[in-house]
Amino acid sequence: MTARPLVAGLVLALLVLASLGLGAARIGPDAAAGEGWTALVLMESRLPRTLAVLLTGAALAVAGVVIQSLVRNRFVGPDTAGTGESAALGLLAVTLLAPGAPIWVKMVVASLSAMAGTALFLQIVRRLPVREVMLVPIAGLVLSGIIGAVVTWVAWQADLLQFVGTWLMSGEFSGVIAGRYELLWVAGAAAGLAWFAADRFAILSLGDEVATGLGLSTRGVMRLGMVVVSVVSAMVVTTVGMIPFVGLVVPNIVARIMGDNLRASIPVVAAGGAGLLLACDLLGRIVRHPYEIPVGTILGVVGSGIFLWLLYRPPAHG
Amino acid sequence: MIRITGVSHRIGSAAILHDIDLTLPRGKLIALIGPNGAGKSTLLRLVARLEPLQQGRIEVDGLDLAATPTERLALAMAVMGQQTHIASRLRVAELVGFGRWPHHRGRPGAADRAAVEAALEAFGLAPLRHRFLDEISGGQAQRAHLAMTFAQGTDWLLLDEPLNNLDMAHSRALMARLADLVRGSGRSVVTVVHEVNYAAAWADHVVAMKNGRVVAQGPAEAVLTEPVLSALYDTPVEVARHDDRPLVLHHHWHDQLGTPFPEAPDAARPTVH
Ligand SMILES: Nc1ncnc2c1ncn2[C@@H]1O[C@H](COP(=O)(O)OP(=O)(O)OP(=O)(O)O)[C@@H](O)[C@H]1O
Ligand SMILES: [Mg+2]
Repeated sequence: MTARPLVAGLVLALLVLASLGLGAARIGPDAAAGEGWTALVLMESRLPRTLAVLLTGAALAVAGVVIQSLVRNRFVGPDTAGTGESAALGLLAVTLLAPGAPIWVKMVVASLSAMAGTALFLQIVRRLPVREVMLVPIAGLVLSGIIGAVVTWVAWQADLLQFVGTWLMSGEFSGVIAGRYELLWVAGAAAGLAWFAADRFAILSLGDEVATGLGLSTRGVMRLGMVVVSVVSAMVVTTVGMIPFVGLVVPNIVARIMGDNLRASIPVVAAGGAGLLLACDLLGRIVRHPYEIPVGTILGVVGSGIFLWLLYRPPAHG
Repeated sequence: MIRITGVSHRIGSAAILHDIDLTLPRGKLIALIGPNGAGKSTLLRLVARLEPLQQGRIEVDGLDLAATPTERLALAMAVMGQQTHIASRLRVAELVGFGRWPHHRGRPGAADRAAVEAALEAFGLAPLRHRFLDEISGGQAQRAHLAMTFAQGTDWLLLDEPLNNLDMAHSRALMARLADLVRGSGRSVVTVVHEVNYAAAWADHVVAMKNGRVVAQGPAEAVLTEPVLSALYDTPVEVARHDDRPLVLHHHWHDQLGTPFPEAPDAARPTVH
């Protein structure tokens, strides 16, 4: 029991080292640190890429916990709630209407638009019959599909298809260099905010009645959760594209092992998301070295495998 | 004191509660009885602010529900609904711990931990404290939920059919604990019960509801009588006395007129091995 966190930490550290060492340019312990070229590759490319993967994985997994407690359904993730597509729609709108807007305006618009999409998803879920648990993920997928189609259509009309492609295609980190990933820190901060409010999300998952009985303002917590999920999705989609499954499977695995006491489990979820994404990113870099397979594609395979396993091996009492 | 004045409630076009005026005294174990669909849960949910108040006014110890923030009310009353299934995968002790949340809001102190321990102990949950809620029985989960409500430590406790899922010993233990809370620490309990004998044996004050109205209220002695109960449940009822309290007999074989069958059919006889 007590050895588990230690082992997990060790695995994560090894992944980080591998990520820093692996790439088209060979650098390793034998290349003396501080040597100009090595330091440049490390600081400008490898380190940013590794940080970007860690931040994205952690933030998406935490956003997954949050959206799952908002809808009280374990079969949804931030990538299956229409959130990413809504962010892309907002970004597309601002690109068309105010192409010269500074980057922070674009990000705020993308986040707000993601929030509107998430709100729509929550509204739809509220109207679904409570017992039909599988309708919730289906509703999310349908909504994602519709908004994604709108984005594609508008982009096609405006001849911006190539531009939006980077957001809606499977995400990848090969383009990440210093100066092009820093927005992901905002996603990381949003995930930190979720940890700060962990008890509130845990109480919200007990149900509206229990939460009200304990004096929790459920609307306020819902709003905070929407902000977290939307900001994370918006930053990730616009920086690296769609990353599937991390926000879905990691919270499920952690809940099976340690339950839903979010104050304790959110850090583990964050580490798990970071580790899973980094492992998949490394895999994508190794399989056809020196070419790369996008991490989103790798995750499509690995993630759906894990998800099927979770579905077929339900816990003792479902 | 809980003061309910002029409370009516509708769901869609159906009138569920009709202009209810009711005062629930402090420091008493109050039983709310009545047939299915009488409106007991609706009234309790309105008092517990789980349902928005449509008409009328409710005050809990002088706090007007409509004007008091929900976090303040959580320090005045704890509530357990009729059908709250908790789907979260929490450990028993973690769930009970959330009962203290209104007090510490994230930073539990020594007093909070002591209250959680006491609640776990009181409901015989100490051996189950590390078990997940989805890995214990229905009655054990019910007790865990009750323990959370107890840990909240409020002056008022509102319980909707807390005896659901509990076996005979735990039912009795719960009623005894509620009585103890009232007589020992001067707190007030309102609980919906279907088995009127639990009201007869333990309640100080009984409120009887039917068709969205309060039809009788007062000391157990005054409400748990043959005429009141027969009319309340539309079924013949016999009230005897036991330990100087009413004892309601209603499981007998009676025909429509209320005269006992001469002999129970064979199938109804127990087989003794
Ligand atoms: N969601 C709803 N829609 C329509 N009518 C409802 C709804 N909920 C309750 N009712 C009606 O309101 C009335 C009062 O219901 P309530 O749950 O308060 O009864 P109760 O006294 O608690 O009954 P029970 O002993 O069965 O729990 C019932 O006639 C019921 O049919
Ligand atoms: Mg009821």
